[in-house]
Amino acid sequence: MELDALDRRLLDEFQRDFPLVSRPYEVLATRLGISGDEVQSRLRRLKDKGAVSRVGAVFKPHAVGASTLAALAVPPEDLERVGELVSAIPEVNHNYLREHDFNLWFVICADDRSAVQRTLREIRRRTGLEPLDLPLLEDFHIDLGFPLWN
Amino acid sequence: MELTQRDMALVRALSEGLPLSDCPYADIGARIAMSEAEVLTRLQAMVEEGIIRRLGVVVRHRELGFRANAMVVWNVPDEVVSEIGRQMAEADCVTLCYRRPRRPGRWDYSLFCMVHGRDRAQVEAQVAELAQHFPYEHKLLFSIRRFKQCGALYGKVA
Repeated sequence: MELDALDRRLLDEFQRDFPLVSRPYEVLATRLGISGDEVQSRLRRLKDKGAVSRVGAVFKPHAVGASTLAALAVPPEDLERVGELVSAIPEVNHNYLREHDFNLWFVICADDRSAVQRTLREIRRRTGLEPLDLPLLEDFHIDLGFPLWN
Repeated sequence: MELTQRDMALVRALSEGLPLSDCPYADIGARIAMSEAEVLTRLQAMVEEGIIRRLGVVVRHRELGFRANAMVVWNVPDEVVSEIGRQMAEADCVTLCYRRPRRPGRWDYSLFCMVHGRDRAQVEAQVAELAQHFPYEHKLLFSIRRFKQCGALYGKVA
């Protein structure tokens, strides 16, 4: 991916403390010495390229709704089907194939714990596999964003 | 802080991110009949209360050259797991660090962290260094493929 110095600064310097003012992109623009329109068009391009998922909020786990980390031990020949099936569920927001007997790992987010349980039951019913349900017990992480170039 | 119905409406409206427009908070508000001032006040409160952990650009690691990521799972004795978790979260290479339940007979690991790197060797080296400080049985679950990655959708999504 072709990124120039301004792209890198946009990606690196604004992962937190995004301005809570009427025209936030103007604040970024002033810091970068470009126009607000250029900030928006660069972010749009970075989004189209997949470098940026969104400009938005990362919530503290469980402050809003409930979630769990779940895993399935999927027979290799069934991975494609089960991977797609799990991804298609709206409550699933991450779904990775990993190196382990439990090879499909995904996060379920829903309004409350009973909705999470319902989703797990649906996955069990549709896959015939017993999900491992590993809800968060303690969160030690302080999210300052992800340092890319410094 | 208890989230009200109006807060939840705002959280839902935000789940796909702020629009790229001149006045994004006003535009988000317009979708849910909320003034720009109210959007800003509610978001400020959620930031101050720690409900919003961070507000800003959310990047995708893999597209930016961090091609390797491992979920590292550690079997840490229950009586020290909280303290070890706090210490591990301080390490530069650790991007997430959670305690999760064991499931006897199926799953023995109580502490989870994510380590990202430009390649597999870099992740392995970082985990080897972690393991010197935290000498507990552990496993690296490298990701082989991403099926799906998006922000959480709350509210009536089904």
